[in-house]
Amino acid sequence: MGIEKETPADTPKPVSKFGNLFITLYNVFKFIGRFFREAFLPPYEFKELMRQCYEIGYRSALLISTTGFITGLVFTKQSRPSLSEFGATSWLPSLVGIALLRTLAPLLTGLIAAGKVGSSIGAELGSMKVSEQIDAMEVSATNPFKFLVVTRVLAATITMPILTFYTAMVGMLGALLNVSVNEGTSATTFFQSALENITYLDIIASTTKAIIFGFTIAIVGCYQGYHSSKGTEGVGKAANSAVVTAMFLIFVEEVVCVQIFSLFNT
Amino acid sequence: MVSKNMTDFNSEKVIEIKSLDKAFGTYKVLEDATLDLYKGENLVVLGKSGTGKSVLIKIIVGLLLPDAGLVNVLGQKVDTLSYQELLDLRLRVGFSFQNSALYDSMTVRDNLEFPLVRNRKDLKKAEVNSLIEEMLDAVGLSQTINQMPSELSGGQRKRIGIARTLILKPEIMLYDEPTAGLDPITSKEINKLINDVQERYHTSAIVITHDLTCAKEVGNRVAMLMERRFERQGSFEEIFNSGDKLAQPFFDYNFIQ
Repeated sequence: MGIEKETPADTPKPVSKFGNLFITLYNVFKFIGRFFREAFLPPYEFKELMRQCYEIGYRSALLISTTGFITGLVFTKQSRPSLSEFGATSWLPSLVGIALLRTLAPLLTGLIAAGKVGSSIGAELGSMKVSEQIDAMEVSATNPFKFLVVTRVLAATITMPILTFYTAMVGMLGALLNVSVNEGTSATTFFQSALENITYLDIIASTTKAIIFGFTIAIVGCYQGYHSSKGTEGVGKAANSAVVTAMFLIFVEEVVCVQIFSLFNT
Repeated sequence: MVSKNMTDFNSEKVIEIKSLDKAFGTYKVLEDATLDLYKGENLVVLGKSGTGKSVLIKIIVGLLLPDAGLVNVLGQKVDTLSYQELLDLRLRVGFSFQNSALYDSMTVRDNLEFPLVRNRKDLKKAEVNSLIEEMLDAVGLSQTINQMPSELSGGQRKRIGIARTLILKPEIMLYDEPTAGLDPITSKEINKLINDVQERYHTSAIVITHDLTCAKEVGNRVAMLMERRFERQGSFEEIFNSGDKLAQPFFDYNFIQ
């Protein structure tokens, strides 16, 4: 690997929109490839990795708790009329448990993290690029990619599964509140019923999706920030693109994962 | 400090640039630019804004690639180095940014510690602390050690930026517009600091500026970047008194200001 050509101002020659798409795709794959290469080679930035886990995980917890709880509560409330038509309200805990763990928790956590974490990474790295802080790391003989990108991507990939299961748990608490108020179901009965239909495959699928979503959110945020153009407008664009692209990719990945894991279910 | 004359320096070249070309798209910034930096000297590169002065020093540290020509730094051809070799070379070449480029999420101490702990793993905690204190003392800002960059003035940020660069004890210093945006008194302090660094740490330096006072005070030699190449080189007085029709408008304009 010679001098990184991704560093500033090697202005691309004018190409068509179609050509630009291929150049962007090439740069994205190159960026991802560099991540895997740098992630496994020493030196490792453990301290920064821990700090990023705290930033991404702990700092997102309050927002995720609120939205997870409300989602569980509302989902249960909306599902009741349909089930009560068949006298099947006792299936509510089971329905909520499966829905939360298989789809709602990973998707909800992914979308919230894309908004909160993705934009934050895009804006932070974009601002560092614009103010030449990334160049300053380069010229002080430090590899900024390792310090800024590898740590953030690893932290998001590690914390997303934890946040996902946390969302599922908080969502079930919301559902429990609704069910216990309306049906008088005890917490023990609720959780027994909610968890009895959950399989190992559900847990594996949910964890896999969370890992993929976490990786996507952080790598997109880092790519956009690392390649933001000069000026404050560039920082804004980087943050915005990080969120929009990550959200779009999360939905695509959700569809692909559902298709793949449904093969195992049959 | 008594300013050294250009004849005081030996002929050992620490940076050798020959026939350097650099363009951004169709816009040519440098064309057939040739320049040498000799060991121990402060070389000032003077030129109007947008003439490629900063591009030149970014090419020297490998932040940008040349399109053509030779860039030899401390005996190594920069554009042929691997990334690791480039990082090793950067340990020996300090770069002070125009806007200081301090890491704004870190304190002054952490800013200075950042390059040190990653490149000098042999140092104990006490030695790291001692080096940080030495560098802050060298730039006269020991009291700011626990402050955040946002709490510092423009001049203080420049000094901390220089301290962070100096902490790796580079052989060559590259200053990008060290006095830009500063008042005359703070500019004078920065000029003195650049001379102190040369004397205390025996560095060779390229100082990019369009500030004639800075050029006069810190430059042992001056190179004028005009029309994409170095048209004039010599002592400040030689160029100032040359009456050169390309250089003269620049001097007139600066003094009118």
